[in-house]
Amino acid sequence: MPEYFNEMYQGGEVRPPYKGIEGWASDMPVDLRGMKQSEAERLFRRIGITFAVYGEGGSPDRLIPFDMFPRIFAADEWDRLERGIKQRARALNCFLADVYDRGEMIRAGRIPGHLVYRNDAYEIAATGFLPPQGIFSHIVGIDLVRTGPDDFFVLEDNCRTPSGVSYMLENREIMMRMFPQLFHENRIAPVETYPALLKRTFDSVAPKKCEGEPRVVILTPGHFNSAYYEHSFLADMMGVELVEGSDLFVEGDFCWMRTTEGPRRVDVIYRRLDDGFIDPLCFRPDSMLGVPGLMNVYRSGGVTICSAPGAGVADDKAIYTYVPEMVRFYLGEEPILKNVPTWQCARDDECKYVLENLADLVVKEVHGSGGYGMLVGPKSTRDEIAFFRTKIEENPHNYIAQPTLALSTCPTFVDEGFAPRHVDLRPYCLVGKEINLVPGGLTRVALTEGSLVVNSSQGGGVKDTWVLAGR
Amino acid sequence: MLSRTADNLFWIARYIERAETNARLLEVAARNALLPDTGGGNRNEWESVLRASGTSGLYADKYGKEAVQRNVETHMFFDRDNPSSVASCINAARENARIVRTALTTQVWEAINAAQAEMTELGRVERSSLSTSDMKDFALRHMAHVRGAILATQLRNDGYDFMNIGHYLERADSTARIIDVKYYVLLPNVSMVGSGLDNYQWRTVLHAMNSQRAFAWVYGGEVTAAKIVDFLVLNPQAPRSLIASAEGVVWHLERLAQTYGRTTTATARGRAILAGLNAITVADIFEEGLHDFLQRVLSEVLALGHEMSTSYLNGEAR
Repeated sequence: MPEYFNEMYQGGEVRPPYKGIEGWASDMPVDLRGMKQSEAERLFRRIGITFAVYGEGGSPDRLIPFDMFPRIFAADEWDRLERGIKQRARALNCFLADVYDRGEMIRAGRIPGHLVYRNDAYEIAATGFLPPQGIFSHIVGIDLVRTGPDDFFVLEDNCRTPSGVSYMLENREIMMRMFPQLFHENRIAPVETYPALLKRTFDSVAPKKCEGEPRVVILTPGHFNSAYYEHSFLADMMGVELVEGSDLFVEGDFCWMRTTEGPRRVDVIYRRLDDGFIDPLCFRPDSMLGVPGLMNVYRSGGVTICSAPGAGVADDKAIYTYVPEMVRFYLGEEPILKNVPTWQCARDDECKYVLENLADLVVKEVHGSGGYGMLVGPKSTRDEIAFFRTKIEENPHNYIAQPTLALSTCPTFVDEGFAPRHVDLRPYCLVGKEINLVPGGLTRVALTEGSLVVNSSQGGGVKDTWVLAGR
Repeated sequence: MLSRTADNLFWIARYIERAETNARLLEVAARNALLPDTGGGNRNEWESVLRASGTSGLYADKYGKEAVQRNVETHMFFDRDNPSSVASCINAARENARIVRTALTTQVWEAINAAQAEMTELGRVERSSLSTSDMKDFALRHMAHVRGAILATQLRNDGYDFMNIGHYLERADSTARIIDVKYYVLLPNVSMVGSGLDNYQWRTVLHAMNSQRAFAWVYGGEVTAAKIVDFLVLNPQAPRSLIASAEGVVWHLERLAQTYGRTTTATARGRAILAGLNAITVADIFEEGLHDFLQRVLSEVLALGHEMSTSYLNGEAR
């Protein structure tokens, strides 16, 4: 097994960002820790934040385990990450604006056309219309893993409607409430500006026909959705209405919301529905969740939809390989964040390599999510590997493979004190007229010893993520 | 405000009040049933409660024709198959609250949540150790908690008006139904009108409304049907009287009219109901027949509920 990078200890020394909490963690009596842990759980239940992240399903009343040991970045570490994340978010948006327009990157031969145009996530209905500010993906969630002091890899991009940001905010609230002294002793950059920045992002992409202050709404599939808490939380924090499809209708060139005072025009819709559901006249005709005629209003500049229909093509696993190339092509810069080397089983030579090295690789479905349908070679039995071999041979287009990454570890509370557990990171980058990133994100942790799978449906938990302010 | 949100708020308040009504109805029956059986006449206290709550049919489908205490209590209090049982009302209030979680204060949400949680607990308690009074007290305590949280903490915006209109509308409905129970408890014969038995039954109505003392302060002396009807229908001092409920509805309808800068058919109907109650006397009511009068009030309340939907809650208003 490879050597894992421990974010707190290096060669028996405590790394600088963790110096401020080492004493706190090692001096905490076990019974106090138990008390604090149950207090945290009670608080989470009370505010009602019980839902599954990343559309992993599960009971809406399930609580995701919260680990009190924070994950910490030094100012200079974050500085570099921030530049890398913003760079990537910009490039992804340039790519989207391009592929729904002239397709310059394809014409230049820098990405194969069929990967884009024959992609399921490519929306014909989105072609030929440039959304306000040229932005398609307004919230870009970039999943990152770390393998060394300076080595960060992007695992995947989320350009549609990445969820989990309410955990970032609530984890912080709860840590501040339970351990205020930690926040006196450490200079921790605040994340609470996120909702205001999100609102500012939406305001900045109001449609051309908008008059006066833009009216923003969040469109939710409804209160049975597992992320409903997050939808209502964000609506509340931004002070905007949380609507369902039936609350909206199209008349004339505009989209209206049904209110007790009669119809009110809606300018910006932050939708938490997939493309297929937003307009039954344009996409899935059986969808009851959307608004008939919405796409016409969108295309004629009457309303902005965030993220724009069709944004999903940029975060497809087959497109992922080309994101560094996007950075070079559109921005003329070298990518700051690295991609994980990826083998496309769709290509014969690469598929051959994958099949020969299954025991060392991680194999994923191209459209899979939530840690399902995934093979972690080094952790799998011979039978599981044989099973995947057959699946790949049957349908190579459906799979990609990556080397098993040595995910960094962060100390995590366990029965006896604390021990290293593997973590990843999802920061949320906001793209509108300006581009913003709050210093922090959602850290997911694999609570089982040795496990590399951080998804909450597979026994993962969450942590508060600190970025220390610079001196 | 979003029509759907207003609708949810309106119904939270209605369900809360309805849960309370059901508990009070049970109390009326339980006390009437304590009267000695004087031979003859109808001992149908439990039947009368089912009729007043408008769920006789539902009850018969599940428990059969005979209205026995234990079954009626189950039906009116615990039964999730009865959409207006206390348990169903609390559940529906919580569902509505969950949907508009952000339009409620933490205190209101927690009060509703606690009612739901403790209702589940209560369902596990051995029934023989649970008296009708325990059930009534349970419902009254929780509903007072929720109502108190609403009054003390909710923002005084249009949402607050919708909650209160729901509350007062349901309360008018509730009072009319509770008085009407008396109609269904037929006295053994006409000569007993005004007798001890008759008065005892009227007193029970007061008791169920927790109003005996208030009544004594206002009227003193003998309990008569006329005084009680005056108290529960026409006296604006009595918090559960029809007229006080109508005043509450109209007050909040007028506030809405002011906020929105327009009146609606709901405003007009609310005003008409209040004007009608202001113009009528107890003698008029008895002349019309108490039961007929109450049924008329119930149908007007129902109509106002519809006007609320078309004017504000279903999003069709222009």
